[in-house]
Amino acid sequence: MSDLLQTYQQRLLETFGGSTIEHAGDVTVVLPAENILAAARMIHDELGFDYLVYVTAVDYWPQENPRFHVAYGFRSLAQKLTLYVRAPVSGIEPVLPSIESVYKNANWQEREVYDMFGIRFEGHPDLRRILMPADWVGHPQRKDYPLGYEEPQYSFNFDEIKARKPAPKE
Amino acid sequence: MTQIQEVTLDEIRHLVSERALTGETMLLNMGPQHPSTHGVLRLLLELDGETIVNCIPDIGYLHTGIEKNMEAKTYQKAEVMTDRMDYMNTVGNNFTYCLAIEKLVGLDVPPRAQAIRVILAELTRIQSHLVWLGTAALDVAAMSVFLYCFREREMILDIMELVSGQRMMTTYIRPGGVWRDVPVEFETAVREFLKIIPYRIDEYESMLSKNPLFLDRTVGIGKISAEEAINWGLTGATLRASGPDYDVRKFAPYSGYEQYDFDIPTRTEGDVYARYILHIEEMRQSIRIIQQALDKLPLGPVRSNNYKFVPPPRSEIGTSMEALIHHFKLWTEGFNAPKGSVYVATESPRGELGCFLEGDGGPKPYRVHFRAPSFDNLQVLPKLAKGHFVADLVAIIGSIDIVLGDIDR
Repeated sequence: MSDLLQTYQQRLLETFGGSTIEHAGDVTVVLPAENILAAARMIHDELGFDYLVYVTAVDYWPQENPRFHVAYGFRSLAQKLTLYVRAPVSGIEPVLPSIESVYKNANWQEREVYDMFGIRFEGHPDLRRILMPADWVGHPQRKDYPLGYEEPQYSFNFDEIKARKPAPKE
Repeated sequence: MTQIQEVTLDEIRHLVSERALTGETMLLNMGPQHPSTHGVLRLLLELDGETIVNCIPDIGYLHTGIEKNMEAKTYQKAEVMTDRMDYMNTVGNNFTYCLAIEKLVGLDVPPRAQAIRVILAELTRIQSHLVWLGTAALDVAAMSVFLYCFREREMILDIMELVSGQRMMTTYIRPGGVWRDVPVEFETAVREFLKIIPYRIDEYESMLSKNPLFLDRTVGIGKISAEEAINWGLTGATLRASGPDYDVRKFAPYSGYEQYDFDIPTRTEGDVYARYILHIEEMRQSIRIIQQALDKLPLGPVRSNNYKFVPPPRSEIGTSMEALIHHFKLWTEGFNAPKGSVYVATESPRGELGCFLEGDGGPKPYRVHFRAPSFDNLQVLPKLAKGHFVADLVAIIGSIDIVLGDIDR
């Protein structure tokens, strides 16, 4: 990993606090959710990451605090760097600031996260459902949202599924 | 489960101008079943006469919950669903997903498999661009190009059928390599195609590039500047038509793209015509890549021999106890991927197609998210369309090269 990226990550950690996760050679900076807008401004204006790659979320249900991680990917086309950021969000009234004012394409990406996970983005100009119908109840990508299919019965989960199955009529 | 909820103008009041409320401008519904929206895209247009004041895209008609469904399948079985997302770039979707798995579990791919993947991905790019060219030309009333493009596309689909048995939904690229080696006829078929296609591309250009009717409909329509294009997260030809030369194949080469000599064509105008020129130019660059990859196609295995992740060859199952166990374990339980998340991007015909994959130590992906290029490219449509005629909107939708299956996933 390049030294430049490392200094950027250090700078973010010093300014906003937080920690890092490393996997498969990529370092993800975990920042507090309330600082995400200020962090995005710094990433865009000072560090020169001009392109937002993705905004998505991961649900760690049944863990409640933090239940969600909102994940961001930023790219600097000139410096050829990619910066991964995550923000942990609580499961009770999940909310964090919108970065739409910094990166325009965060608009739909945040709408998708709202639609799929029910995480609200404060300061978003148009936070409506995007993929699901407007009158849909629930947020499908949450881990406690049922998928609605029959699980195959193997030896390791035989009893567990048998207990749930409706009994045959006598 | 469903409740009936009335959606009134209040819901979208902040998206239309004040004049819509007095009736001075007209709200018109375009789609979702409209032939020029390339699928099922609904647009709510606010019109002043024939000029677009506001345009509000409404998507989700093709939402199939692929990301959610993949969480319930093992890593290998979930791959079949990735074909169905962007149905014009089926090989590219498999490619991205497999690269993500390989990065997550740390799996190496043999050089021959990497080269085969590149050839097929570039063939798919040409195929997708041909469909794009045909339909985008059809949108501005150039009928005959469509028929020519589909003639050449057939040749590519035949090659796909040759290698995988399927014309579109191939699932030929698998984690750790490809399904099987390409048949002997493959090289001849691709070389035959490469011999014909450059002349055919010239032919399409002769029909459109200097056609005054086509120029009238495309030059200066749907403009966007370079800074704005980056800030809106545009990728692919839609971005490169404005100037930046961002292409994932050069930015972060994968699967051996660094060995091939090719250019990233760019334009600075940022209009519909520039995007058309780039699509044509990209097809020529893809031909160059295929030519080089085919010339130095290395010999050797096409699948990793790490049998913890890749099923052993059929011939070994009959004789080797271990191979049988591996085969059985892989197709019942799947393989376990470590905890952690990765993000991998490839250059799809439409732009940066990324896969965000998170494992939890088990055999099923904990979270899969696809960063769809069309999703971000469509977002900019209201900005591009403002101030143009409805007929131009059709040309703009055509030019940003969207696939609704990719957007809604």
